[in-house]
Amino acid sequence: MDIYRAHVLVCGGTGCSSSGSATLIERFNEKLAENGLDKEVKVIRTGCFGLCEAGPVVIVYPDGTFYSRVKPENVDEIVTEHLLKGRKVEHLVYTDHATHEQNASKALEDINFYKHQHRIALRNCGVIDPENIDEYLAMDGYRALEKALTSMTREQVIDEILKSGLRGRGGGGFPTGLKWKFTYNSQADQKYVACNADEGDPGAFMDRSILEGDPHSVIEAMAIAGYAIGASEGYIYVRAEYPIAVKRLTVAIDQAREYGLLGENIFGTGFNFNLFIRLGAGAFVCGEETALMHSIEGKRGEPTTRPPFPAVKGLFGKPTMLNNVETYANVAQIILHGAEWYASMGTEKSKGTKVFALGGKINNTGLVEVPMGTTLRTIIYDVGGGCPNGKKFKAVQTGGPSGGCLPESLLDTPVDYDNLIQAGSMMGSGGMIVMDEDNCMVDIARFYLDFIVDESCGKCTPCRVGTKRMLEILNRIVEGKGEEGDIEKLEELAKTIKATALCGLGQTAPNPVLSTLRFFRDEYEAHIREKRCPAHHCQALLNYSITDKCRGCTACARVCPAGAITGEVRQQHHIDTTKCLKCGACMEKCRFGAIIKA
Amino acid sequence: MGENNEKFAQLKELIKRHKGQPGALMPVLQGAQGIFGCVPEDVQKVIAEGLGVTLSEVYGVATFYAQFSLHPKGQYLISVCLGTACYVKGSQKVLDKLSEVLEIPVGGTTPDGRFTLEATRCLGACGLAPVMMINGEVYGRLTPDAVPAIIEKYKNMPGDAA
Repeated sequence: MDIYRAHVLVCGGTGCSSSGSATLIERFNEKLAENGLDKEVKVIRTGCFGLCEAGPVVIVYPDGTFYSRVKPENVDEIVTEHLLKGRKVEHLVYTDHATHEQNASKALEDINFYKHQHRIALRNCGVIDPENIDEYLAMDGYRALEKALTSMTREQVIDEILKSGLRGRGGGGFPTGLKWKFTYNSQADQKYVACNADEGDPGAFMDRSILEGDPHSVIEAMAIAGYAIGASEGYIYVRAEYPIAVKRLTVAIDQAREYGLLGENIFGTGFNFNLFIRLGAGAFVCGEETALMHSIEGKRGEPTTRPPFPAVKGLFGKPTMLNNVETYANVAQIILHGAEWYASMGTEKSKGTKVFALGGKINNTGLVEVPMGTTLRTIIYDVGGGCPNGKKFKAVQTGGPSGGCLPESLLDTPVDYDNLIQAGSMMGSGGMIVMDEDNCMVDIARFYLDFIVDESCGKCTPCRVGTKRMLEILNRIVEGKGEEGDIEKLEELAKTIKATALCGLGQTAPNPVLSTLRFFRDEYEAHIREKRCPAHHCQALLNYSITDKCRGCTACARVCPAGAITGEVRQQHHIDTTKCLKCGACMEKCRFGAIIKA
Repeated sequence: MGENNEKFAQLKELIKRHKGQPGALMPVLQGAQGIFGCVPEDVQKVIAEGLGVTLSEVYGVATFYAQFSLHPKGQYLISVCLGTACYVKGSQKVLDKLSEVLEIPVGGTTPDGRFTLEATRCLGACGLAPVMMINGEVYGRLTPDAVPAIIEKYKNMPGDAA
């Protein structure tokens, strides 16, 4: 094996790839060769480092210098200065938004974003080359599978998962070990293991990052699950929208097969296990387990009533054990280090860690993994760096379209499955979207309903028709046509849909409305009664006016498409609100900040 | 029509590869969408016959999933992310601007067949919000003002004969 004196890790996750990290890798290899360093320094494309905000991210080891937003033209400097002469390129070193601190002398784990994290599911993301099985093996890869196959009974494996307290990371939070046990107990000639990688919650991308950054962790866990429940075949159902994830998963499965870690007689134990990939085709409802299995069967992805549960009758009518990507990513570590180790982290009923996708109005957008029980405040302020541009925090949305929006007063809630439900939201798959004072909560509720109406499969009436009626009411409210009684109608519809919809998608569809009504009812009332949007977001409810800061430069009058602005040169201008289209063009054009909306 | 025959030959080859495999319809439809760019009725008929399922079943699946299109799409497919992270950062305004610049509604295709404009749900690049994707290339941290220049770039690319 070749020994290198330095390693350059370039993030090859989706965020960084989109901002050109592939070009960086090429450029690094070129420049290293030009300077005769290609035998001394190795460039590795890794999975996601998590801090997507700072992308493309480059880390140089052994010193661990963290370069952010690196452009192709910066590569030359990093090679000639840092790698040749040993001097860090200070101006490219990551600066913390909140503290304005550079990390030049700091190790990665001392950066605020990483300090509070504990990476188990993401342990290898950003550390290894996901397309090289040897690097996974070097990180104790497939040792858990070996341990399970050669020194544990099937019951012991299930027991270990049960005792660890691991719960489904896809959203429901069902105890994983119980699912394994139920499927183990089912008698059949064929059973299946399945992986839900149809990450549909908008704003959640941890499954994508795991598949892109550490695909073997999922493959290994599925093989362990196959052994435990008695299945020789597994299916991974992954979104077609994730091409990089699909490619790396395919490469990983091929390599595992080549190494004899998948296929026949694994570790000489007589255990056979094969994995197949199935691509989704853009249907949110396929995240629901029965719908997902129908889709793998090549049918319309419509849910069916449970029971029978998949553990009894699932894929192709056989007992099936379905977990999501992040759940699987924890399994090998639990087998390797034991249930006690895992259960020592987290809260009473939610053990271990959880990955959250921080997005929206937050400084450090990206993926973070923290122990269960970490408060929302720590995640949003200490890890996430708070809201950008000095704006005031308003709400954090957790749980995707099935979850809810939590206000500032609940920021000290320790995050776990039960606390979030009690607070009126849910864990979901771990999306965490931060909203500031400029976001209108009625509009956010409308946005989610619009999503649900779009994605409802149409099989049951409460979801198909009920959510549509709710959306119509919300559309009226944001357009300034809300009426007294609308809020009550929304609540009544929500209650009915929750009680009567067929699947989890429908039963939770009203949650965004209910949670915003619970915590931001005054915003609904302002829209309906005063025809006013407190966040100044809803176009139809805005009134533009010009203040005495106006210098009479006429720029606004010239840009106004409706001819609503009049005034003499060097005199204060005036907007005719009856003609104004509320397009906001004048406000963007004004160089003096003289145009306000209220 | 030579090109079309070639495509149907590819389709038959694809069907042969998947026939008999459990749940073959989805991968075949996905392959067909890749070959033809869409799955119109004549393609669906070939699939139904080839896999031995009814046309109604093929049609049912093809119309259920957002990925399958019954009509051809433009040479450049523009997908603007309307996932939550992008939405709260103003992707609706980017979408509106594209609709204005291209003079087509969301879901529409320009008369010259060059651009199709779509809204999509979460591309998983939330760190770059708001984002859009044009034929696989991702554009991040967008503002409505950035839109015309990007479209201009594609308009100036040599037209594809197809």
